[in-house]
Amino acid sequence: MEIRLDKFSKSFGPVKVIEDMNLTIGDGEMIALLGPSGCGKTTTLYAVCGIHQVTGGRIWFGDKDVTSLPPQKKNVGVVFQSFALYPHLSVFENIAFPLQIRKEASADVERMVKEIAGTLHMEELLDRRPGQLSGGQQQRVALARALVRKPDVLLMDEPLANLDAGLRLEMRSEIRKIQKETGCTSILVTHDQVEAMSMCDRIALMNQGKIQQIGSPDEMYHQPQNRFVASFIGNPPLSFAEGTAQDGHFVAPGLHFKLPERISVSAGQAVTVGVRPEYLQPDFATPIEGEITFVESQGREILYDLTLAGGQVFRSIQSGEQICKLGDQIRWGIDADAAFFFDEKGDRM
Amino acid sequence: MKERRTNWPLTIFLLIVSAPILIMYLWLFIDSISEINVDSIWPKEFTLRNWRFLTSDIPGHGSVWTATLNTTIFATSVVTIVVVLSSTAGYALSRLKFPFRAQFLGFVLLLHSFPSVTLIISIFLMLRMIGLYDTLIGVILVKAALELPFGIWIMKGFYDTVPWEIEMAGLQDGASRFQVWYKLVLPQIMPGVAALSIFSFMAGWSEFVLPLILAPSSDARLLSVYLAGLLIDDYLSDFGLFKAVGLFYVIPVMIFYLFTQDKLMNIYGGGTKG
Repeated sequence: MEIRLDKFSKSFGPVKVIEDMNLTIGDGEMIALLGPSGCGKTTTLYAVCGIHQVTGGRIWFGDKDVTSLPPQKKNVGVVFQSFALYPHLSVFENIAFPLQIRKEASADVERMVKEIAGTLHMEELLDRRPGQLSGGQQQRVALARALVRKPDVLLMDEPLANLDAGLRLEMRSEIRKIQKETGCTSILVTHDQVEAMSMCDRIALMNQGKIQQIGSPDEMYHQPQNRFVASFIGNPPLSFAEGTAQDGHFVAPGLHFKLPERISVSAGQAVTVGVRPEYLQPDFATPIEGEITFVESQGREILYDLTLAGGQVFRSIQSGEQICKLGDQIRWGIDADAAFFFDEKGDRM
Repeated sequence: MKERRTNWPLTIFLLIVSAPILIMYLWLFIDSISEINVDSIWPKEFTLRNWRFLTSDIPGHGSVWTATLNTTIFATSVVTIVVVLSSTAGYALSRLKFPFRAQFLGFVLLLHSFPSVTLIISIFLMLRMIGLYDTLIGVILVKAALELPFGIWIMKGFYDTVPWEIEMAGLQDGASRFQVWYKLVLPQIMPGVAALSIFSFMAGWSEFVLPLILAPSSDARLLSVYLAGLLIDDYLSDFGLFKAVGLFYVIPVMIFYLFTQDKLMNIYGGGTKG
């Protein structure tokens, strides 16, 4: 089912959390609401499921206006960050709860619970209590409880935040697989860009109550629309240097190179350049000189920080052997065509 | 689970510290089944004469069984009222938004800090006015009202520990607010309900001042008042009888406590992480 937020706004008293947000999520699509904490992503999620009342705008499920429907009247499954399992009920009763409250026949309840437990490979857990389960198993129960009612929409609020690292990796692909199998339109709220990139069809990156950019993980990475998006997506993050444009050149203390043809600037305009670590390499064309101030080996890859005469720090990620050490003066190059340039408002040029 | 081993040094230490109380109870028991000279501490002979109140009324004091029945009704009624009202009021104060919520909480606490004796004259006058003076119902209502502030605060504290997300999940699963409270939240604070029930039962069972002043006649008399009556009766200086009735009065509480003490300490393990 398609979800459409139309000029959605939410404020708590005088505090405006979200203003005029437009977002359309296609049928069967999985989208990530990504952003730093406090950006309004969880608020948006709670508004979609009906726990928060909407202050302005409309929310549509397909062609049905669900803006002011209470949560009970929407067929929405939610996985909460803390999983919110009912500790006094067994796993079976937890999963059956949404069905029983709808007064489904007990034979149907049994069949549907068994079915979803089969999908999630957890039949053997049904008699246990949530307190006896590991984090990953609790996660599965929460997912099963959300999916058992065959929801129109599946919402997940930081579903992996409470799991340890190894399990997080496993559940990432597991959730993705189940979402594909059920074809359930899904929203994933997360602050972890890797999670968003690896699990979702599209990402809506939010900051301070506004959507900064919506796009596929690839678009977000290679075509960021502004400085915030460019800096948020990508790990390690890209390096920035502030400067000005002079005769088609980028000029900053210790940096001077020709701007790519596609960039049109007026003379003296403030320009910020952003370079992803993989576009700073020893043999790249546009020269850049400085001192190595940080080296970190991550095994397969090595991170270097190159500090320029003007104090700007550029990070480089390289595979292979370590080629220089701390304190070395070196001359490497950046790929100016692959670099991002931002104007004084932070928009990409 | 690890098998629990007895920590002997600790057990012995606790035994020594609690010895005075244990010895007192033992003494009480021995005294109640023996005849004793006033100038001696050793029993002269063993007798069941002190327990005669079980089968026959003590002249001028009525039947102990009426008082026992009254006390049972009194204590269980207080428990019922306090638990029902505290568990609903506590939920409202913990979870719902309504005008003057903070002030209400403050007032409740203020009421709790009043020694009930200071209110006794006005309560006496009020009960007289509405015709509940010297009735069991009257004194039940007064005791329950005085226990409520404590109960409401205890329950509010327990509700505060239940994560909001459980309630959100319940609403999302299609339950109404009342179903969420009844099916999902209340079961999680059962240890609190049990503890409050036990506390208010004990409080009801041992209440003395209120029934003494507000329900003195023999029809509405409670065990505590009955017991005190024996002590201050100048014509009946029978300490053996007094001690036997005292033991009779305390036994139900001890048995009750034996069976419920684990509930008082039980802390529920939840299924919510983080």
